[in-house]
Amino acid sequence: MSMKDEVVSRPAGQERETGSMMGGMGEQEQERGERPKRVGDRVFRYLTTTSGLVIVVAIVLIGFFLLIKAVPSLLADSTNFLTDWRFDTTGGKLAFGIRDMLVVTVLSSLLALVLAMPISLGIALFLTQYAPRSLARGFGYLVDLLAAVPSVVFGLWGVLVLGPAIEPVQRALNAGLGWFPLFSDGNVSLAGGGNIFTAGVVLAVMLLPIITSVTREVFRQTPVNQIEGALALGATKWEMVRTTVLPFGKSGFIAASMLGLGRALGETIAVLMILHTATSPSGFSFFDGGSTFASKIASAASEFSEPLPTGAFIAAGLVLFLLTFVVNAIARSIAKPKKEKA
Amino acid sequence: MTTTELERPARPPVFHHLSTGRKARNHLATVLVSLAFLIALVPLVWLLATVVIKGWRALVSPDWFTHSLKGVLPDQFAGGIYHALYGSLAQALVCAVIAVPIGILAAIYLVEYGRGWLARLTTFMVDILSGVPSIVAALFIFALWISTFGLEQSAFAVSLALVLLMLPVVVRSCEEMLRLVPQELREASYALGIPKWKTIVRVVLPTALSGIVTGSMLALARVLGETAPVLVLVGYSQSINFNIFDGNMTSLPLFIYNQFTNPTAAGQLRIWGAALTLILLVMLFNLIATVISRFSAIKTK
Amino acid sequence: MKLKRQSAVLAVVAASAVMLAACGSDNNSGVAGAQAAGKSANVACGGKNTLKASGSTAQANAMSRFTQAFGATCSDQDINYNGNGSGAGVKEFTGKQTDFAGSDSALSAEKGEIEKAKQRCGAPAWNLPMVFGPIAITYKLDGVDDLALDGKTLAGIFSGKITKWNAPEIAKLNAGKKLPDQKITVIFRSDESGTTDNFQKYLKTAGGWDKGTGKSFNGGVGEGAKGNDGTSQALKNAKGGITYNEWSFAQAQKLNVAKIVNSGGGQPVELNAASAAKAVEAAKFKDEGSKDLELNLDSIYGTKTAGAYPLMLATYEIACSKYPDADTGKAVKAFLSVAAQGGQEGLDQNGYVKLPKQFSDKLLASINAIQ
Repeated sequence: MSMKDEVVSRPAGQERETGSMMGGMGEQEQERGERPKRVGDRVFRYLTTTSGLVIVVAIVLIGFFLLIKAVPSLLADSTNFLTDWRFDTTGGKLAFGIRDMLVVTVLSSLLALVLAMPISLGIALFLTQYAPRSLARGFGYLVDLLAAVPSVVFGLWGVLVLGPAIEPVQRALNAGLGWFPLFSDGNVSLAGGGNIFTAGVVLAVMLLPIITSVTREVFRQTPVNQIEGALALGATKWEMVRTTVLPFGKSGFIAASMLGLGRALGETIAVLMILHTATSPSGFSFFDGGSTFASKIASAASEFSEPLPTGAFIAAGLVLFLLTFVVNAIARSIAKPKKEKA
Repeated sequence: MTTTELERPARPPVFHHLSTGRKARNHLATVLVSLAFLIALVPLVWLLATVVIKGWRALVSPDWFTHSLKGVLPDQFAGGIYHALYGSLAQALVCAVIAVPIGILAAIYLVEYGRGWLARLTTFMVDILSGVPSIVAALFIFALWISTFGLEQSAFAVSLALVLLMLPVVVRSCEEMLRLVPQELREASYALGIPKWKTIVRVVLPTALSGIVTGSMLALARVLGETAPVLVLVGYSQSINFNIFDGNMTSLPLFIYNQFTNPTAAGQLRIWGAALTLILLVMLFNLIATVISRFSAIKTK
Repeated sequence: MKLKRQSAVLAVVAASAVMLAACGSDNNSGVAGAQAAGKSANVACGGKNTLKASGSTAQANAMSRFTQAFGATCSDQDINYNGNGSGAGVKEFTGKQTDFAGSDSALSAEKGEIEKAKQRCGAPAWNLPMVFGPIAITYKLDGVDDLALDGKTLAGIFSGKITKWNAPEIAKLNAGKKLPDQKITVIFRSDESGTTDNFQKYLKTAGGWDKGTGKSFNGGVGEGAKGNDGTSQALKNAKGGITYNEWSFAQAQKLNVAKIVNSGGGQPVELNAASAAKAVEAAKFKDEGSKDLELNLDSIYGTKTAGAYPLMLATYEIACSKYPDADTGKAVKAFLSVAAQGGQEGLDQNGYVKLPKQFSDKLLASINAIQ
């Protein structure tokens, strides 16, 4: 009964239906278009289009204003912006580069993604396919609760609780796998875990609800006849999942992960609190310290008074903006084929 | 031989006996999937327990929700977070007042009117905007509002930055909801000769309204916890400031951040107490969203 | 129907928001446990009702004591202090947005601040050193809870020249104590801060530091953590760690604080209210006899007075010597007089130095000359 209900209200099916109908309607309207349009229609159309434009303009403005505020500082930069690891804006001279920020941002975000993706996939499957239907809603709410925790609280927890707690794990990894560059000795001490590894773990926890919630929705839209078909053919639950749910939801899952990656790249306050900064360049190890773009900007936020040093941080912000732009564009191009098919 | 042949059922059993390999793999998958869920619960429970244990005492103190911190010494546990609570809600509300109408209109554009390159571009930009980090939004408003226009730091600047973060969430959820509205409703309305705009305002929007409110509530919950914009765009204040256009205004994240400079026991208690308050506030908004959507789920038939 | 229900929900939300707005209060007087602020004698209250000031975060906690004392002495009068950083504080003061500034450094001629302030006031602005925050050298070393260091050794440690706890330089200052053969982990502030600036200036004066000063750490060794909260937390986890903290953090987190041998040689000086006050007492001004009390910081960092603790962060209130608006001048004068007298009570509980009498008298002489 409830199953039947769901078939009817399944959004994906609906979307497909409405999509085609809407197309039809559009043509119809064009045919009717010769007749003079009503004023109300024209005004309303104008209003909604403008609102859509606001979003486009906002993005353009973000890029534009960051750029014009960054250019003077970039011109005054006495070192290579892309390859220098130091970021020195005090004492009247500007010598700033983004090498280490880029390395730390990417390493911590990727680590977070590698940790969060399989777990999120598991949770999404658990909530949609494995958990008893009556419990799934409550369990889902529990996971969503994680999303309700503000990042400043994650930061507190990471510094005071998690960092010291996983220090032994880090020591073991460093001792056992130190020959592998990612686990080699970092440029900060392991004590207290103020390194990329801890930041990555905390980011992973923050990503769980983001990736899970999108993936869950996609999995839920798996056509029921496919699922029932697989089961009717004698497939075990896992085989059913592997042959129907996963192929159906794969692109959605990857897109969700990319969205999560975007969020990890820009996470500010938790990372600022956790990461220790270093006095030597990063060696591409998880046990390095340093700053991400976002944490570097936030650490200097209280000193934004002189235009040139501030411009240096805005330049870093611009790079971060471009980075998330690219990631999101990729996420979109992955998610899109499915939408077109549907 | 023949007798056993005859004794066999005419049809093979419906449910085949599973080979051990398949069975094992099935069990393994079940275990792994359940394990993933349990793993996610570990940090959640750990985190919430930490916050509740360290912060509940602040919440039960009599002035916590009704007083500001004005005139309270750093090492003295008194006063409360009223000023920060007000700041958080005011900034979020002003943000919502700007973001929700634009978001809804943009979603209407995408669903009801959007064709061609502009619609495609808008959809693309909504996706990009949803990925813009809060610190970048804050820097942009800083560059525009403070650096270019020469205006003061204010809570309104924070609201503007939050608008950028809230807008894509509203557009997305609103779009989903509008697409769920049955096409028959629109057609019925057109058939009665009602213009398109009136159909949208009077028929489509009310049908999707509950979903839109839910989505907006969830978006609001997201911006409540943002720390980066308040660090860049507004000053901290110990006292109540009702004016979002002028002066310093504390919000809960800023309050927490500021109390880091206070090492006393009172400061620690305030940090965890404010963290707990913030979590409860976000949960409350989520709860309201759930209740609204439960009350009036979209009627498809 | 549905519209009605939803607007009802919205109305309830809005109504509760309004109710919430109505029930808040700024009035925290008479709170149990509130320590009565010291009354101040000879303060001419009056003038503008609410003063506005901003600047240094390092003196924000002292300001909340001053504010309380101000309210206790001059009822109906109030001040809003915003700890938004020294740079912003001076900028807002010269931009006439605030009535005075709190700053970690005196107005600088180089940056044109003196000229700008003069234009803002129509008269010279004065630097009034009101709040002194000692900086503690904190460390974590098993079995050692009584460590003595001097400027040279500190400069060596924080520039990476001294890397072991049992290095001869440290051993020489700690004769008779057993120092472990352990690596020194230097922890510094990763954010820009006045604490770092003053620490490096101290190292320059007392220890021949050649790495440069400024708000970010230039030692080129160790690892950075955000804020005092970050460095003290990092220190707790780092065996063999050493860092510098505001005194209040060292006190509240019960960190081991090193004694410092000041430039006069002699006995190592423990950081306490008396030793810090002694250094303040012996401080000299750039221009003795002037009402502008810009400090000669070298006289503190390089103090030779026996028993004086040399390492501290001096913060100023920067005010006009004559305000264009007499009402504002009167209120600023009243506030600063309260701060220099009754406001000093209990300051040492928040990691500041209670100003010695002789010093606050000098301060009051300048404050009383404000018009």
